[in-house]
Amino acid sequence: MHPVAIIGVGWSGFRPVTPDVSYKELIYEAAVRAYADAGVDPRRDVDSFVTVSEDFHEGTSIFDEYVPDQIGGAQRPVHTITGDGLHGLAAAAMQILTGRFRVVVVEGHSKASNILTLPHITAYAMDPILNRPLRANPLAVAGLEACRYMHESGTTREQCAAVVVKNRRNALRNPAAAFGADLRTEDVLVSEAVASPLARLEISDHADGAIVLVLADAETAGRLSPRPAWIRGIGWANDSPSLESRSWARAVYAEQAAAMAYKMAGIGNPAEEIQFAEVDDTYAYKELQHLEALGLCSLGRAGPLTVEGATAPDGCLPINVSGGSLGVGHLLEASGLARVLEVVLQLRGQAGSRQLGDVYTGLAQSWRGVPTTSGAVAVLSNQLGGRES
Amino acid sequence: MSMRRVAVVGAGMTRFVRRAMETPKELAWHAARMALDSCGLTLKDVGGVCIGSAPDAFDGVHMKGEYLSDGSGAWGKPVMRSYVGGGTGVFLGPHGWYHVASGLFDVVLVVAEEKMSSFHPHAQAAFLTIFDHTTERPLEPNLLWIFALEMNRYMQTYGISKRDIAQVAVKNKRNAADHPCAMLGEASITVEDVLNSEVLAWPVQRLDVSPVSDGAVAIVMAAEGVAERITDRPVWVQGVGWNLDTAYWTNRDLAYPEYVERAARMAYEMAGVREPRKEIHIVEPYDPFDYKELHHLEGLLLADRGKAPELTAQGVTGRGGAMPVCPSGGLLGVGNPIAAAGLMKVAELFWQLRGEAGARQVPGTPERGLAQAWGDLMQVGTVTILGTQRPA
Repeated sequence: MHPVAIIGVGWSGFRPVTPDVSYKELIYEAAVRAYADAGVDPRRDVDSFVTVSEDFHEGTSIFDEYVPDQIGGAQRPVHTITGDGLHGLAAAAMQILTGRFRVVVVEGHSKASNILTLPHITAYAMDPILNRPLRANPLAVAGLEACRYMHESGTTREQCAAVVVKNRRNALRNPAAAFGADLRTEDVLVSEAVASPLARLEISDHADGAIVLVLADAETAGRLSPRPAWIRGIGWANDSPSLESRSWARAVYAEQAAAMAYKMAGIGNPAEEIQFAEVDDTYAYKELQHLEALGLCSLGRAGPLTVEGATAPDGCLPINVSGGSLGVGHLLEASGLARVLEVVLQLRGQAGSRQLGDVYTGLAQSWRGVPTTSGAVAVLSNQLGGRES
Repeated sequence: MSMRRVAVVGAGMTRFVRRAMETPKELAWHAARMALDSCGLTLKDVGGVCIGSAPDAFDGVHMKGEYLSDGSGAWGKPVMRSYVGGGTGVFLGPHGWYHVASGLFDVVLVVAEEKMSSFHPHAQAAFLTIFDHTTERPLEPNLLWIFALEMNRYMQTYGISKRDIAQVAVKNKRNAADHPCAMLGEASITVEDVLNSEVLAWPVQRLDVSPVSDGAVAIVMAAEGVAERITDRPVWVQGVGWNLDTAYWTNRDLAYPEYVERAARMAYEMAGVREPRKEIHIVEPYDPFDYKELHHLEGLLLADRGKAPELTAQGVTGRGGAMPVCPSGGLLGVGNPIAAAGLMKVAELFWQLRGEAGARQVPGTPERGLAQAWGDLMQVGTVTILGTQRPA
């Protein structure tokens, strides 16, 4: 893959409620920061804009209508990807790879606090003929999946709770995170049962916020950015959208997305070559399931590794140093971009008190949440072609 | 920088109907299967899938791209749904193109589906939620009203009559009589029929408007080197363009679609088209309303401002004219399952340029065609230019 770099990042948030600003103001703030960071003028230097959103989350049909003004994209090429922010990142990268675009912007945001009954919205993503009449709450579906994963991998509730403790503690060192907390495993286990085996504290809460990333081709990146974060590989995949015919134990979508990204990045042994990762942790068990799907450890090992501290910031494989969705807050379609944001900040050495030492290759992974089996993976590096080059 | 060239190698289309018995997934699969069969491929040959579908509200499904993914052939594959309202179907040209031109995929299956009859009695109820929630939605605006405003403005600016515009509906519905998938083909329709049809929101009348339809269309796109192995008649993507105007439609010049011009200029530049009126041989502009075909021909720089009606009156835009426009029958005649209707226009170019359009084949040997769509709050223009010549 020809090199594509992230040369600018901007964000706004992340807070549980933002009654003082509209979604447009959140996006504007993130965009202004990203353009200043990249040193570009959106009206002059940006060739194309990608926005990620889902209409039902926005409460507006054809939501991309309301995007161009605040990102500087009016009367310019702008389009929507209805996917996670990482899908939008892939769309932007593909445009640059065609050779016809030099600078492309991707935007994602969450105004989850505007949604009074999010599970009711999510329920509309269930198959309308086969599943919706069952009136299954999405959290109940997640609970079933957690059961199956724990059963097949031998993962325990204590191991899942350790993910919560780690991520919310990590969030204390992230000034942008909404849900930093110093918890004990016991606190998680005794929190209210929501959909067995899921307890309240194992479920990420939502936050509002916006993230804008500026991508560029190698020549432009070399000219504009002292610290480009190179996209070495990117992949995305879906398992079945049908509840009845998907894998309930394995995150097949993450396995396939990772295979695509690793192939592009030339990564043969991810457990050796990936130094740190930001992975989806919408529910605590998902972080463990995803670590195994990404090939960062074998089936059933993610839980013990977490309890042993291997995935802590000072461990051998730091995971979700940002705090992840459990600590930062789940940002709807922007969640994948939040994972990318942290990887970029770490690769640039700009992660403040949570900075990892001497990192050059990181991974960001997303999942679109119940009831989807849609995931994406990006491998980023601050050195072209990995450390050797 | 040299670009990887991309071709369309197969296409498929369901009938456009009201109240299809099939689920949205099934409609998508029918079109996908036809497109694959048309070029002798199976899902094993497909690297990735591109889905296009307009608002989720139509199918009544949140995350409609996820829901449509298996029906679109994407189980276990990379799938990405793009979306620019009414412009979505033609945007699948650029969307599929950048998947392949990037080098990430050799063959992609591109699927557009819309099932608008899920809304009963009419999808207008969903359209209310496209308006600004604070400034516009309390007025309970209807899409027909704002199109009526725009149509009025276009007529008033250039002194165009209802009769001038009705000719477009007549031409397209007559063309559609030759389309096996068409919903409203009508060989004997007259201008008087249009002018005497029920008034919906003046000056918009029943026969000025495309019908609410269900349907799906799919195409297969492949990279140079691969495309030639799949078919000896690949149709090349020569240019793509898209453009999104401000959200504030109330501040816009309603007589002229500037975003369409900007999208067209982007596509012409890529295709190396300097004189579009000479170099574009077939046009499939977006015609959900009859005045929009005229509006869009002007935005595409294929007619002078306010002069597109004359081209229609002179027969220039007829199927046998110098510049055939909507030889398929367009949305007015074939139907308007929104994203599918847009991709139908791209598929029509594919069939016409290969000489496979049957009774609706334009005469001669056209070498280049342009498909265009429009959407969002009257603010997006999307353009795909296909041609028989491999781009330089």
